[in-house]
Amino acid sequence: MGRTLFQKVWDQHTVRTLPNGQTQLYIGLHLVHEVTSPQAFAELRERGWTVKAPERTFATVDHIVPTRAQARPFADEMAESMTRALERNCRDFNIKFFDLGSGSQGIVHVIGPEMGLTQPGMTIACGDSHTSTHGAFGAIAFGIGTSQVRDVLASQCLALSPLKVRRIEVNGSLKPGVYAKDVILTIIGRLGVKGGTGYAYEYAGQAIDRMTMDERMTICNMSIEGGARAGYVNPDETTFEFLRGRPFAPGAEAFPAAVDWWRSLASDADARWDDIVRLEGADIAPTVTWGINPGQSVAVSETLPRPEDVPAAERAGLTEALDFMGFSAGRPMAGTRIDVAFIGSCTNGRLSDLREAAHVVAGNRVASHVRALVVPGSQKVAIAAEKEGLDEVFRAAGFEWRGAGCSMCLAMNPDRLEGREVCASSSNRNFKGRQGSPTGRTLLMSPAMVAAAAVAGEVVDIRTWAVAAGVGR
Amino acid sequence: MSSTSSKIARISGRAVAVRGDDIDTDRIIPARYLKTITFEGLGDHLFEDDRAEATRNGQVHPLDRPDHHGARLLIGQSNFGCGSSREHAPQAILRWGIRAVVAGSFAEIFAGNSVMIGLPCVSALPDEIDALIALCESQPSLEFDLDLDAGVIRAGDLTVAISMPDSARSSLLSGSWDATSLLAADYEQVEATSARLPYIRWAPRLG
Ligand code: SF4
Repeated sequence: MGRTLFQKVWDQHTVRTLPNGQTQLYIGLHLVHEVTSPQAFAELRERGWTVKAPERTFATVDHIVPTRAQARPFADEMAESMTRALERNCRDFNIKFFDLGSGSQGIVHVIGPEMGLTQPGMTIACGDSHTSTHGAFGAIAFGIGTSQVRDVLASQCLALSPLKVRRIEVNGSLKPGVYAKDVILTIIGRLGVKGGTGYAYEYAGQAIDRMTMDERMTICNMSIEGGARAGYVNPDETTFEFLRGRPFAPGAEAFPAAVDWWRSLASDADARWDDIVRLEGADIAPTVTWGINPGQSVAVSETLPRPEDVPAAERAGLTEALDFMGFSAGRPMAGTRIDVAFIGSCTNGRLSDLREAAHVVAGNRVASHVRALVVPGSQKVAIAAEKEGLDEVFRAAGFEWRGAGCSMCLAMNPDRLEGREVCASSSNRNFKGRQGSPTGRTLLMSPAMVAAAAVAGEVVDIRTWAVAAGVGR
Repeated sequence: MSSTSSKIARISGRAVAVRGDDIDTDRIIPARYLKTITFEGLGDHLFEDDRAEATRNGQVHPLDRPDHHGARLLIGQSNFGCGSSREHAPQAILRWGIRAVVAGSFAEIFAGNSVMIGLPCVSALPDEIDALIALCESQPSLEFDLDLDAGVIRAGDLTVAISMPDSARSSLLSGSWDATSLLAADYEQVEATSARLPYIRWAPRLG
């Protein structure tokens, strides 16, 4: 009987079975950022422990960095002190820190892959739930809490229980105007925000096979929004080519052996999956969330659900979401007026995302009532985009072009919604208050759809709008 | 290395219920309070935006009802704690004074984080959760008694079966929920595991 990639990687990293029945799992790469690590380092000091594998530990600063005025000290004292704490912890414990001056700073889930740190067959941990992003490379990547950050620092291990594996096949091909973001929003809409509890999601099928690494990262990134602790794609030529020549990837000499090992990790054809779900790529439409969790979405051409259309158990949640959003049941999604457009985040802040969005805005103007910003996922993304002139395209259209960071994805920095503003956002969470205003409202969609909404001033269907406006693919 | 955790088998006290499925971590503790390098003071901001929203709507959030002050059990519904992996969420709950969370179901990372700080998360069937919530709302002064060993929660005339992952239950009952010491013991075995992994050898020298 064959095995899944998850089982192979799990077995190879198993140190022992713990008294409570959990597995002690070796962690091959630990990524650290400023928000979830200071308490862990403090406890390490208190208990007189050291970092066991500093050479497998890498840090960056992303959540709290201002994206406009980045000179130190930061205007926000708390942001400054969190950055100082991380600087000190990295220095004291000999951890490599991609800081603001490094040219390699960025959102932790953007820089890991970009630097070639993220590789197939690794176990990866980071104190952030979107660590599932790294699964795009065929790694098993877990978002962890601060006590577990302490565990990994002190032992390079985690105590975990194995997950079941659900294979999600997206067959056929996607229609024009449909992006990886639409695929994952559709999957979460179909399986629910807790449908993935107890599972790792294995994404497969022709549509996934054809995707670039950036697109696969978008999909794996949001696994956690579907309740799955981890998500992955089996490594293939696309994966290997992405990694070749990256700073921390195996060098030219070791690369062929690495590829052989990576290839051997992919799920076997006769592996036993705990569940299999199949979708047709052609059935997926541009998707937009209308509610307060990422499962509350519709195709942009559809209308918002009515309480009477859903099972009784979901009615209260639906009504609460509609009330909070101030949307009436049954009205069309398209045409929803927006106040803010945000392009960025670990879901959709990579170079290809910015290219798609720039393609839509080129030659257009942001609607006069819309505040629009583009926040590259990393300094390297920013530099590459600037080289292509994307920053000029965005600026000419009326977007602000910012420095790298998490920005308005969670607004632990000066970028935030005000009052009841409605934001078309390429990020991953539409929870109440997520973008910094307790009453602010978030509509999740693909970067191209955000760009189109910025120009139109309202939610539009990229498929028809692009044709009418003479843009798009 | 010594463990700092104590055995947790029984939690008794009054309860407070927060209704709603999919209560996410941004609601439990808004992101602006993550701007801190300690967990101190987080309890003051538990459910802060929800509490403010209730006040705006002319309601009183359960946490703000004086008769629920000092509650030691928090009762929630389905998929409690979904969203972020921030441990700030269970830390805020713990620091507000809650010692156990009972819900229809939990998001996995949240439940795992909670156990690691000695805050049991136990689930019960939806109907029984509804009954517990009704009881706690109608009789705020009622004592609830969560017995992890027996796997039940008792309140008034009600006895409800609860469940939690075996590993979590065993860690709490044996007082080994702070796993760091356990994981760091016998580091040779850890090194032997890493030595078998090919990618350790391929790592280029750090620049
Ligand atoms: S971009 Fe958003 S989701 Fe991603 S790591 Fe930053 S805050 Fe978290």
